[in-house]
Amino acid sequence: MIVTIGGLAVRIATDDPVFLGILRQQYAAFTGAETDGAPIVLEVELTPPLLQSPDEDLAVRFDGEAWEMRRGDFMARYDPKTRRGQVRQSANRHSIDSVIRIIHSLELARAGSGFLLHAASAVRNGKAFVFSGVSGAGKTTLSRLAPPDVCLLTDEVSYVRKGDGGPDCGRKSGYQAFGTPFAGELGKAGENIHAPLGALYFLELASGNRIGQLGRAEALRMLLRNILFFAQDPKLVEQVFAIAEDFIETVPVCRLSFRPEALVWELIR
Amino acid sequence: MGADQVSELYPLRAANVAARVFDGEVIVMNPADSSLFNLNETGTAIWQAADGTTSLREIVEREICGVSEIDSDTALADAEEFARALAGHGILLLRTEPA
Repeated sequence: MIVTIGGLAVRIATDDPVFLGILRQQYAAFTGAETDGAPIVLEVELTPPLLQSPDEDLAVRFDGEAWEMRRGDFMARYDPKTRRGQVRQSANRHSIDSVIRIIHSLELARAGSGFLLHAASAVRNGKAFVFSGVSGAGKTTLSRLAPPDVCLLTDEVSYVRKGDGGPDCGRKSGYQAFGTPFAGELGKAGENIHAPLGALYFLELASGNRIGQLGRAEALRMLLRNILFFAQDPKLVEQVFAIAEDFIETVPVCRLSFRPEALVWELIR
Repeated sequence: MGADQVSELYPLRAANVAARVFDGEVIVMNPADSSLFNLNETGTAIWQAADGTTSLREIVEREICGVSEIDSDTALADAEEFARALAGHGILLLRTEPA
């Protein structure tokens, strides 16, 4: 099965019919034909869930050749040169979803072209808007309040990068936000579309609706705190820093204080 | 910790961290655990001067006492506490000899 997110196709190699069914449901709008091909291939070996400890923290490290990812519910290895990986997990959607997120975040950092962000995002009037914040900041609330002319890209993890081709196209044009299948409390995948990024808002629940510009240092700090990044690798951290710095110089970054009511969307156009 | 011991410390920015100066403040990320630090004006001055060859005492005298009313013993003690905290997070190295 081919899953394409942010223009990057990943082939998930499995012949297990139950797992394939789970994948089809999870990535419905993001799947492509096998004949399309994919630069990244993940071979999935299914294991019984009882052998694993679900509470183990995620660890991602580079062993000189490949990235090793390990959490209670999965183990994976991904070689960034060959772009081949192996995943050991039970037949569930959460594990493969995490592996895919990690690989996208590593690929984006490596290319220096973008990042995944703890954020909801949406397209309105041909422009994308990203709404970031910690749990409880209002990402899902704002998504639920979206009027009918708004297309939701995600209520949980936003995909942001330069250019409208694949992640390797680098810094050829402005930033775009892409739809993702990564759903939060809304429990619904985003639309598989992308649009030029109009603004990034950091959410704050308040008694009224107001947009305030953030200073550069505060914007950078808040952005870095919300970027999904897992690897303990100085080079990649430097790349993430550089892209975050470029982003705040390019895209308006504001604080959106809002009351949980539909009227807030009047400010977002 | 007394000021005499502080004078023997030579702080050095850890090589594997990513850092940026933005609007006069330093933002540092430690790849080991993705932790993020932002330093105030005084912390930024110490961080930027931490080249491993300049003692903490010299840094404090030049960067802090030279531009504020604070007495040098207090400034040195505060600077050592700050430097040790950063060292504890792995983003600053504290040496007893110059590099």
